[in-house]
Amino acid sequence: MPQSAEKVLDHAPLFREPEYTDMLARKKTEFECMPADAKVQEISDWTKSWEYREKNLARNALVVNPAKACQPLGAVFAAAGFEKTMSFVHGSQGCVAYYRSHLSRHFKEPSSAVSSSMTEDAAVFGGLNNMIDGLANTYSLYQPKMIAVSTTCMAEVIGDDLHSFIENSRKKNSIPEDFSVPFAHTPAFVGSHVDGYDNMMKGILESFWKGKTRAPGAQINIIPGFDGFVVGNNRELKRILELMGVDYKILSDAADQYDTPADGEFRMYDGGTRIEDIEPALNAKATISLQQWCTRKTLDYCQESGQDTASFHYPLGVGATDELLMKISELSGKEIPAEIEKERGRLIDAMADSQAHLHGKKYAIYGDPDFVYAMARFVMETGGEPTHCLATNGTAKWDEQMKELLASSPFGAKAQVWAGKDLWHLRSLLATEPTDFIIGSSYAKYLERDLGIPLIRLTFPIFDRHHHHRFPVWGYQGGLRVLTTLLDKVFDVLDRETINPGVTDFSYDLTR
Amino acid sequence: MAKLRQIAFYGKGGIGKSTTSQNTLAALVEMDQKILIVGCDPKADSTRLILNTKLQDTVLHLAAEAGSVEDLELEQVMKIGYKGIKCTESGGPEPGVGCAGRGVITAINFLEENGAYDDVDYVSYDVLGDVVCGGFAMPIRENKAQEIYIVMSGEMMALYAANNIAKGILKYAHSGGVRLGGLICNERQTDKELELAEELASRLGCKLIHFVPRDNIVQHAELRRMTVIEYAPESKQAGEYRELARKIHENSGKGVIPTPITMEELEQMLLDFGIMKTEEQQLADLQAKEAAKAAAAH
Repeated sequence: MPQSAEKVLDHAPLFREPEYTDMLARKKTEFECMPADAKVQEISDWTKSWEYREKNLARNALVVNPAKACQPLGAVFAAAGFEKTMSFVHGSQGCVAYYRSHLSRHFKEPSSAVSSSMTEDAAVFGGLNNMIDGLANTYSLYQPKMIAVSTTCMAEVIGDDLHSFIENSRKKNSIPEDFSVPFAHTPAFVGSHVDGYDNMMKGILESFWKGKTRAPGAQINIIPGFDGFVVGNNRELKRILELMGVDYKILSDAADQYDTPADGEFRMYDGGTRIEDIEPALNAKATISLQQWCTRKTLDYCQESGQDTASFHYPLGVGATDELLMKISELSGKEIPAEIEKERGRLIDAMADSQAHLHGKKYAIYGDPDFVYAMARFVMETGGEPTHCLATNGTAKWDEQMKELLASSPFGAKAQVWAGKDLWHLRSLLATEPTDFIIGSSYAKYLERDLGIPLIRLTFPIFDRHHHHRFPVWGYQGGLRVLTTLLDKVFDVLDRETINPGVTDFSYDLTR
Repeated sequence: MAKLRQIAFYGKGGIGKSTTSQNTLAALVEMDQKILIVGCDPKADSTRLILNTKLQDTVLHLAAEAGSVEDLELEQVMKIGYKGIKCTESGGPEPGVGCAGRGVITAINFLEENGAYDDVDYVSYDVLGDVVCGGFAMPIRENKAQEIYIVMSGEMMALYAANNIAKGILKYAHSGGVRLGGLICNERQTDKELELAEELASRLGCKLIHFVPRDNIVQHAELRRMTVIEYAPESKQAGEYRELARKIHENSGKGVIPTPITMEELEQMLLDFGIMKTEEQQLADLQAKEAAKAAAAH
C-alpha cells in the first residue's frame, strides 16, 4: 500500500499512486460503459461550435448552472446586517442548510439561521404550529433582539400567511407582544437573491416605520445591497463617510457579522445596524441604495415615506465612486475632503501606470446585475472591452441599462449583453467568441478549465480562495485593489506564456 | 379619492357566485364607483358577463406563454368591460395537476405590484368554492378584502360551505382586519329558504344582506353573456341587484367577526327546519319505499 503511518499522503498525491490509477482505469473499462474517448472528444468539441451555440441560445425549457441564488438567501443576508437578529426561515429545513453553508463557504465564518422545519403534516395542515413553536424556541434559545422571518418555496406554495401566523404566535405567548418580528414573503421560485434582499429590507423598514409620522432630519440612510465583499466594502464606506463628516446610518451592515475575531469568545451575533436606529431612520433626509437591483421595492417605500432617494450600481471604479461621493456631498452639504481627492488621484495614476497592459483586454463579466454594470464600467475605464456581460437575474430593463452604458464608451462598442442567460450559455459564448479573461465567481473555474480562459474572482460566491471579501472593492481604494487583481492575473498569464527557455522567453521580463 | 374598498365573494361552487357578483358590480358601477374584478377561480368565469365574452385570457395562462410572470405587462391581463369595469382573471392549472392556490397568490401579487389597484374605488375578488387552502385565503389576508360576502342558498351543502368559509374568516379575523360582511341568499326555491338563511346569519352573528329572488331573466341575460343590469336594466331583477349593491356599499366597515357553529349545531338546525332528516327517519322512509315497491310488484 502506498499509504503508511510514517508518511501520510494527502488524497491528491495518494490517488496518483499506481494502485489507484490502475483501479480507476479498470473501473472505467469494466464498469462505466463510457463511449470511446474519441467520441467523447468529438461531442465535447461539437459543444464548442457555433452550431451548438445557436441551439444552446435557443434553449427555453432548462437552466444549466444559473449564476444566481434564490430569494431567501438574500433575505438571510439582509437580516444578518441588523444587530442581534436571527433569521427564521419558514419552510423545510434543507433550504436553510443551503443558505447557511453558502454564506459560510464564502465568508469562512459561522452563519446562523433557524428553520421552522416543516414536514409532510405541516404541508397539509399549514405551518402555523411550526411558526408558534419555532419562534418560541428561537426567542428563548438564541436570545435575539429581532427575528426576521422569510419563507421557502414550500410555505409559499401552500400559501402560509406570515402576518397572521406571527400575530397568532404573539397571542400564544411564544414571543412577547412588543418583540420585533419583521417578515418577508420570499418565494424562491420567483426572482433571485437580490429580490429576497429587497423584500426583507422593505419588510424590516415597514415593521418599524408603519403608522409612524416622519419628522424630517439631516441623516442619510445607506442601503448597501447584497454583497459578498460586505466586510471590506462597508468598512471602507464608513471610513469615507466619516472622513467627510456625514450624518449617516447604514441599513443592514453585515461587515462584523461575517468577520468575527478569534479571541476566545464565540459571537453568534456581532455588529450590525442597531435596532434602536431603525425607527429614527424614517426621519432621514434621504435613502441611498448602492445597488439599484437589490432595492427596487425598498426605495419605492422610502420615497412613499417622504424621503429623497438615489440609487447606484455597486460603486466600483472612478466614475461610479465620483458619482456616489458627489451625491452624498450634495445631500449632506459636506465637502469631499482633499484626502479623498488625493486617493482618487492615486487611483488614476495607478491606472495610467498600467494602462499599456490593460488596454484592449477582453473580458467576459457575469454576476448580479449591479455588479456586472459596475465591473463593465470599470473595465472600460481601464481601456478594456467587456465583450460578454451576463446576468442570469438580469431583466429586460437591465439589458437596456447595460446597452446605454456600453454605448457611452468606444470600448463598449463590440460588447454584448446577455440578460437571463446561464453559465452553460456563457460556455458556448466563450467557446465561439473567446475573451482574455472571465470575471465572476468561483463557479467559473469549470469554464476556466474547459476553455482555458483565466478566471478573476471578484464576486460572490468565492468558495475556493480565502479572505478576498476582507478587502474592499468600492471607492478609490477599492478601485486600486480591483486594478491590482486584474493586473496580477494579466502578469501571471504573461509570465506563463513566456516561460519556456529559448522558445518564448524573449519576453520573460523581470520588469513589466 | 376615497379609500380603496376591497370585498370578496365566496360560496359553494355552482351557487351563482359569479353571476351575483357581476350583477352587483354592474349595479355598483352605476353608482359611479371605479371597479376592479379579480377572478380567483381556475374556471375563469368571473368576468364574462362584464366583458360579454366567452372567457378572458388569464394571468397564469399568459404568464406560462410568456415564460414567467415577470415578463407580463398589466395591459395584457387587464381588460375593460361594462362601463369601465377593469377585469382580470388569475386562472390556474388544468384539473388534476399543479396548484391553483399558488396561482391565486402569484396573480394577486402581480396585479398589486403592477399598479392594477391604482385609481380604483373597489376591488372585488370572486373566489371559488370553499377556503380550501392557503392560496384561496389570499384575498382575506391583511390589507386585502375588508369584508367577505358569502353567497349561499337554502340547500344543505351551501349551508355547510357557508359555515366553513366563516371558519376560514375567523382564522384570519383576530390577527387582521378581515370581517364577514354578511350572507347573500341566492334563491333556489327550497323550503323555508328565507327563514333558514336568516337563522344561519344570526348563528354566524352576521346579517343576511339580501335575499335575491329567482328569476329566469338571469338565465336569459347569461346566455347573452350579459348581466341583468345591462340586458334588462328596467327589470325587477335588475332592481334587486341594485338594492344588493346599495346595501353592500353602505355596509362598509360594518363587517363582523363570525361565530361559526359546530357540525352538530348545523345539523340540528337543518333537522329543525326539516331540510335534513334523522337517520331513523331516513331508514323508515327507505323501508316504506321498499315495502311500497314490493306491494306494487304483487
